[in-house]
Amino acid sequence: MIAELGLFFLIFALLASMMLAVVPLLGLQFQRPCWQDTAKTYVIWQFSFIAIAYLCLTSCFLLDDFSIVYVVNNSSIALPWFYKLCAVWGGHEGSMLLWVAILSFWMILVAFFSSSLDKEMYTRVLVVLGWLSIGFILFLLTTSNPFLRQFQVLNTQGRDLNPLLQDPGFLFHPPMLYMGYVGFSVAFAFAIAALWSGKVEASWSKWTRPWTLAAWCCLTAGITLGSWWAYRELGWGGWWFWDPVENASFMPWLVGTALLHSLAVTEQRQQFKAWTMLLAIAAFSLSLIGTFLVRSGVLTSVHAFAVDPQRGMYILGFLLIVIGGSLVLFLFRAQTLQTQTSPGLVSRESALLLNNVFLVVIMLTVLMGTVYPLLIDGLGLGKLSVGAPYFNAVFVPLMIPMLLLMGIGVHLKWNADKGRQVFLRLNKTFILSLVLPPLLLITTGSELDFSVLLGLTLALWVILSTLNALYKKIAERGLSGVGQSYWGMVLAHCGVAATVIGISVSTAYGIQDDVQMNPGKTFNLAGYAIQFIKQTALQGPNYKGTRTEFSISDGSTIKTIYPEKRLYNIGQMAMTESAIDVTPFRDIYVALGEPLNDNSWSVRLYYKPFVRWIWSGGFMILAGGFCALTDRRYYQKRRVAATRGIRV
Amino acid sequence: MIIFVLSILAIVTGLVLYALRQNISLFYTPTEIAAGQAPELHGIRVGGMIEKGSIIRSGRDLTVEFKITDFTKTITVIYTGILPDLFRDGQGVVAEGEVIDPLHFRATQVLAKHDANYMPPEVKAALARKVNS
Repeated sequence: MIAELGLFFLIFALLASMMLAVVPLLGLQFQRPCWQDTAKTYVIWQFSFIAIAYLCLTSCFLLDDFSIVYVVNNSSIALPWFYKLCAVWGGHEGSMLLWVAILSFWMILVAFFSSSLDKEMYTRVLVVLGWLSIGFILFLLTTSNPFLRQFQVLNTQGRDLNPLLQDPGFLFHPPMLYMGYVGFSVAFAFAIAALWSGKVEASWSKWTRPWTLAAWCCLTAGITLGSWWAYRELGWGGWWFWDPVENASFMPWLVGTALLHSLAVTEQRQQFKAWTMLLAIAAFSLSLIGTFLVRSGVLTSVHAFAVDPQRGMYILGFLLIVIGGSLVLFLFRAQTLQTQTSPGLVSRESALLLNNVFLVVIMLTVLMGTVYPLLIDGLGLGKLSVGAPYFNAVFVPLMIPMLLLMGIGVHLKWNADKGRQVFLRLNKTFILSLVLPPLLLITTGSELDFSVLLGLTLALWVILSTLNALYKKIAERGLSGVGQSYWGMVLAHCGVAATVIGISVSTAYGIQDDVQMNPGKTFNLAGYAIQFIKQTALQGPNYKGTRTEFSISDGSTIKTIYPEKRLYNIGQMAMTESAIDVTPFRDIYVALGEPLNDNSWSVRLYYKPFVRWIWSGGFMILAGGFCALTDRRYYQKRRVAATRGIRV
Repeated sequence: MIIFVLSILAIVTGLVLYALRQNISLFYTPTEIAAGQAPELHGIRVGGMIEKGSIIRSGRDLTVEFKITDFTKTITVIYTGILPDLFRDGQGVVAEGEVIDPLHFRATQVLAKHDANYMPPEVKAALARKVNS
């Protein structure tokens, strides 16, 4: 009964979004303000219906309604209740429902927090979002109905949620990631609405920026959480694999980052408008491409759900319409976005443009590596895979100039600057960041490693130069004269530097050892004595297994950690639960491999210095984004800007 | 500015092509390897099902030997290290490494996907070809 209700409400939601896509559109066409005004009502209806449908599916999980195919495949009676709550997005159908729910959540935010937009623009944005949600709800209803019933009488306990997903990381990672993916639809809708109306208000970027920032923050959080989860659970200590699905989330992030920087120029200088529009379209398109890659089953990865060519075809068609349509629109309207002024060669605009070029080029190389196997396979030239070495070989050389540029860019003035002066401003900082890293390594007694030196130099360069710029700004304007966006920039740039430090140090100095251990045996790793104390049997709600005790001693203090090996009752899937001894400067990571003869185990041991910095950097970037998002200047009454549209 | 951007693009294109040439690994089936079609001592991937009862552990260290098959030909894979959680008899795996001789493969990495019913798509395709021919 609940499932049928859910399905009905999903259909109602489709109707609401159809009304949203059509009625206000006609209102715009025939200049009927009262038709345009209905947009908000339809958004509210659509949101409520989808929320009800979502709650229906959730309660089906909580009530263990195993007559629903999706529930029986992704849940079991013994599954703890909080995992039942998030098992809703544990498979394809439910995660698409989550996707749609998040889209309607963004829409309702836009509907309520954009009252300062001029009315026509407001309506257009919502109409564009309405069309998008038609596409997604139809996808849900035609190819991936989560409420589908099966009419056999099964004496079943449910097939259980994939044990890999039974982890706290699963509570946060997918919703955050989706918030990010789908959030770019708002920036996309703003761009399309502006192109459609044929004029770009001076305040367009001011409207778009907070939405882009919000989506970008969510995506940053999602990627960082995903990486941390992979490290603990899937990855056997790895935190990034250049897996196609990771790339699918990283590409919109790169373009989103470019978009944020380009929006800054558009907002401050009214330049790069066409480019900004293109980036807004690209960011969302890449989110869609990501969905296509993950959902169609054309790529195999840990994230790929059951393959269904029909779904792939639908998304591919949808993709072509959305991307093709918006690019055609862009082509026809782009020439109206030309600006006359061009900034000087040495200027903040140029630096930001260059930053954009790098980010987009990096995105393209990642895209190339991700779809290359598909292209080759499609052309019938054989099957191959592009491994992590490709991405590292391409990504690192591109990041070096990018980080150098980051340090310079923050010191440049708008419009025009003198190269000589910039040099004078920065030479001390540069020398400092060249000299400090080797000193640091020598004083701490670490071996001089080129990649660490490079990483530290670049990171220090970014940090010192950013702090230097901040200091100058405070000296010039006082503490209160530094806007929140600026603080956000400082935080985010330092976050990037922290991540660079984490990556270079943990990669170069990390030690991995696969060893055979039995209780009582001690193994030395990087100055730590790791002892296997004992093993005990383990009984969980839906699994059995072995729990072991390891002690880690550095001579003075002893810590105890408990790695586990679980065997889930349904499907007899084995899962490794690693245990980590964490400090800010190093991780000791112990994961059980498999039981060998005479109660010994194969054990993987890791010593990973500074690995926490990778995610700390990610969260600093997130904090920076959040800081900029709460900048008051976006929420002051935009009376002047909003009423004075400038035709360009 | 434009020249600068174009030169960046040119460098990057070169980089991408170079990196692609160095770092792709081609996929082979046990049949192809047994027929000597795979280059020796060059990084490739091989996929197949683990033959039942073929897993032999050395006992002294973490070296494991097992046989993988595409139900036409079978080759022996040698691997030292920790195997993935889902590594067991009858499971589909993909091994990355190099061919020693047409019957032996030294793996540097063994991938088993986290789904008990997983079969590498390459293996599936190879099996389908076999059924059709």
